[in-house]
Amino acid sequence: MSNLEILLILIIAAVIAYYATKRQAQSWQASRDKTKLDSLPNYYGYFGAICTLLPALIVLSFWSFIEGNIISALVVSKFERLSASNASDLSLVMNEIKIIVESGLSEKNSNDLFYEKAAVLIERYSSVSLFLKVASVFALSILGFMYAYLKITPRFKARKKVEKTAVYFLLLSALVAILTTAGIIFSVLFESIAFFSQISIFDFVFGTHWSPQIAIREDQVSSTGGFGAFPLFWGTILISIIAMIVAAPLGLISAIYLAEYAQPKIRNVVKPILEILAGVPTVVYGFFAALTVGPMMSGLGDRLNEFGMSFEIELFAGLVVSSESALAAGLVMGMMIMPFILSLSDDVISAVPDSLRDGSIAMGSTKSETVWKVVFPAALPGIVGGFLLAISRAIGETMIVLMAAGVAANLTANPLNSVTTVTTQIVVLLTGDQEFDSIKTLSAFALALGLFVTTLILNILALQIVRRYREQYE
Amino acid sequence: MEISDNMDLDQEISKTVGSPLLESKVRIACRDVNVFYNKNVQAIFNVNLDIGKNQILAMIGPSGCGKSTLLRCFNRMNDTIEDCVVDGLIELDGENIHSKKIDPVVLRANVGMVFQKPNPFPKSIYDNVAYGPRLHGLTQNNSELDDIVEESLTKAGLWKETKDRLNKPGTGLSGGQQQRLCIARAIAVKPEVILMDEPTSALDPIATATIEELMSELKSAYTIVIVTHSMQQAARISDRTAYFHLGRLVEVDETGHIFTNPNHSLTENYITGRFG
Ligand SMILES: Nc1ncnc2c1ncn2[C@@H]1O[C@H](COP(=O)(O)OP(=O)(O)O)[C@@H](O)[C@H]1O
Ligand SMILES: [Mg+2]
Repeated sequence: MSNLEILLILIIAAVIAYYATKRQAQSWQASRDKTKLDSLPNYYGYFGAICTLLPALIVLSFWSFIEGNIISALVVSKFERLSASNASDLSLVMNEIKIIVESGLSEKNSNDLFYEKAAVLIERYSSVSLFLKVASVFALSILGFMYAYLKITPRFKARKKVEKTAVYFLLLSALVAILTTAGIIFSVLFESIAFFSQISIFDFVFGTHWSPQIAIREDQVSSTGGFGAFPLFWGTILISIIAMIVAAPLGLISAIYLAEYAQPKIRNVVKPILEILAGVPTVVYGFFAALTVGPMMSGLGDRLNEFGMSFEIELFAGLVVSSESALAAGLVMGMMIMPFILSLSDDVISAVPDSLRDGSIAMGSTKSETVWKVVFPAALPGIVGGFLLAISRAIGETMIVLMAAGVAANLTANPLNSVTTVTTQIVVLLTGDQEFDSIKTLSAFALALGLFVTTLILNILALQIVRRYREQYE
Repeated sequence: MEISDNMDLDQEISKTVGSPLLESKVRIACRDVNVFYNKNVQAIFNVNLDIGKNQILAMIGPSGCGKSTLLRCFNRMNDTIEDCVVDGLIELDGENIHSKKIDPVVLRANVGMVFQKPNPFPKSIYDNVAYGPRLHGLTQNNSELDDIVEESLTKAGLWKETKDRLNKPGTGLSGGQQQRLCIARAIAVKPEVILMDEPTSALDPIATATIEELMSELKSAYTIVIVTHSMQQAARISDRTAYFHLGRLVEVDETGHIFTNPNHSLTENYITGRFG
């Protein structure tokens, strides 16, 4: 009997418990002396269901969580050969045994009698464990139901009890979410500390030479010289700047048009479309960047180059646009965040109260004077907040850069060269087979930490600005 | 007060009683003004009314009777409402404000407006007052602008409180101060008429008293039309009072006359009902 089946049966039991306890409560209500219930019958039902389901569920998940480890420990303790061996050997052997168990004992697929013995033992323990699990879970479920059924009286405060359980449940969910995030942050932090114990923070942040591949060989002379992340952060900034140059004016101006000038009919159609556009997976944009925009630009560069050669125009001659360039990536990233900026700015502009518009019009200003002199300044803090959010999105973006800007860590201000970004390098560092504790892998955590700190600061700034702006009108 | 039947009502208020028209010194004149929202919803019916120079006219009546709608006709703010149609003749100093020659933007500079809820722009106090003069290019240089700002704030009775904090945001003032800032903003462009739509309904009694005092002072230079739901306020500050009912102008007369000896039973009901 698998966990899923047990769970299904528990749920069915809970449903039955719900109706049974609810029935009981209703029968009091309908009885001749018209007993007044403390809560609606529904709540008695919920209480019954919770008592039936919750304790059993807790035991079920706890048991499933630890049963594997307990069985392994028992098996290990039974065989001297296992308990004597070291940790990594042990895990290999145990894996092998488990494979035998899973493929079925009947097939003679192992020539070692020892493995077979161990496998038989595991299977025996497993079935005992399963039996105990099923028995205890169902027993708890029935006990829980009986408890609920005996506990309820017309005076029983079922609604309060249910409410309280709901609060604990919500708290638990919130805790899981928060703890997961905290766990991620701490693991990044600890790995980064391990990295910085080998490479100084100063070299990492300000070093200009990034070539983590070289450093794998321990006898390498320059084994510490390859982790200057400055070009990566610079590449990130360069591409984000290009993206914002594209997206900020376009998005803002369209937002002003949509919020202030467009007919409501148009706005109601355009706004949802933009929101869909903002949800297109970035790999699609990356595709577009790598296959369309990049080659188009390098073609254009070649054309200009020929033109420069034949007419001896210095500027164009010698112009080389690689098909992977910061410009291509930045342009496409700009297209990606444009709808995001548009949508945020449109919300902010629409939130400016009409009383300000009326006030300005009544002073004798035209529509556009009102928009530029009153509405826009009033919305500016919110718009800036939106920009910051957009920038932190651009900084975190990976696929477009990976596909369109390349992986070469050049320190250049020329947008026509190929550059690389922090996120791309993290991907490059961690794809393929890696030793987990090599310095190369650790450097990915340091990069992630840098990225995390940057976007965190940007987001806090943005939220602060947006909040202050909100307070102004509320 | 019960209205038995629309026929009765129409007869009862088909013609404005009192003295809606003036012989001389007319600043705003309305003749057969009708206002429609959404083509078939009529908010104002056949209003004939003169508003005298350097007078305060108070418009009173139950809410929804069209006071704001009529007020917004005088500076053509109703133009900004889609599907709102204003029909009939409205003259400012003898000129039809709907004629092609009149630019509503220029009209609005001549007919200032103060709203129910104070709505200072989220700019500094100085920039709030300087908004209109800058917009209409009223000044040649900064010192002239400074003078206008000081003069307007002084007239609005706000100069003493704000002269040391002109660069602070106008939204940081108290409600009463904000409303006086809005009045200063309106008079900075030197309008002839100031329209006020329940300017004190969001304010406490002390701030209200300050603004009422201010209006009496402003009367010498401006024509003021004020919508109010406080009859005490109308009685205190206005020269003439107009009573509206369901979009009709029921009665207009000298304020003293209206409040002591109204001619129309609807006016009397409203006044006595409220005075209780
Ligand atoms: N923008 C609008 N669109 C449609 N109807 C409106 C609009 N503004 C006001 N009205 C209607 O016109 C009538 C008069 O409104 P209003 O002038 O605001 O009354 P008052 O200011 O006397 O309370 C009301 O019935 C109101 O529902
Ligand atoms: Mg009104």
